[in-house]
Amino acid sequence: MTTQPMTERPTRRAARTQRPAPTTRRGGVRSFVYGVVGVLGELLITLGVLLLGFLVWQLWWTDVEGDRAQAEIVRDLDFVEPAQAAADTGPVVAEPRRDEPPAPMAEPGHAETFATIQVPRWAGEPERPISQGVDRPTVLDVLGVGHYPGTAMPGGVGNFALAGHRVTFGKPFNRIEEIQVGDPIVVRTADTWYVYRATGTEVVLPRDVRVIAPAPNQPGVEPTERSITLTTCHPMFSARERYVVYGVLDYWAPASSGTPAELLEAS
Amino acid sequence: MYGWLWRHLPGPWPVRAFLALLLAAAVLAACFLWLYPAVAPYMPFNETTVGE
Repeated sequence: MTTQPMTERPTRRAARTQRPAPTTRRGGVRSFVYGVVGVLGELLITLGVLLLGFLVWQLWWTDVEGDRAQAEIVRDLDFVEPAQAAADTGPVVAEPRRDEPPAPMAEPGHAETFATIQVPRWAGEPERPISQGVDRPTVLDVLGVGHYPGTAMPGGVGNFALAGHRVTFGKPFNRIEEIQVGDPIVVRTADTWYVYRATGTEVVLPRDVRVIAPAPNQPGVEPTERSITLTTCHPMFSARERYVVYGVLDYWAPASSGTPAELLEAS
Repeated sequence: MYGWLWRHLPGPWPVRAFLALLLAAAVLAACFLWLYPAVAPYMPFNETTVGE
């Protein structure tokens, strides 16, 4: 087989030294292709890192910022302070009143904060501000809970309809699925407490505006009850459906008379 | 791309590494401050309202 002497086959090193450098044109094309592929790879890696950064921002940082901003809004509200006992023994329990509540306030301007919401079932959750409007950039992403324009105001006959994030941006309605029938939902305006009780929950489609009708789920019907409706996304991290909590007004009380017993029990 | 950047950063390698970290932090800060908030409303999740 080895008719050819080994010596005639050039070694690799010899070949490298003997052969002139590859024609500059072909070598140029090759290194150009490698360069492009390399840059493309680096760009893709960069894109991946940026996407990861977006997740961190969306899932963690918006909560940090949202919680801080919403707590500050609540702190800065110029609401009537509930009565305290004379000897500083703690807050006074507000006397529930089931007579005609004061006339509901007029709807405020867009993005104006006019009330707060607390759900004692969500132990550990802070008091959240309620602002006018339900669009994301100016209300839900920055101010917490939003009030559907055109729906009733707190304590009014009709449907006081609210929307809030379930995840991200402070996630005020994160624990909405914990609410059970009969649970209090406490709304506070500048001078009045409104204690609603949950009457039911439902998962609906995003187009089901019936849930915020003046008489919930009865569009076109003249309302007789003082209702509240909370809407948020469902399932979490999805826009496929909406989780809805219905409630009706149980009682009201002037803020100056004390604090609702439901809130005192929770804390 | 990053090789080019590394070659054009001044100083010995610890200085370069520090500058590279600084650049990365600046890019991340810009993303958190402007880019991410700008694209967030177009994300297909996180709708909480009912409506037409």
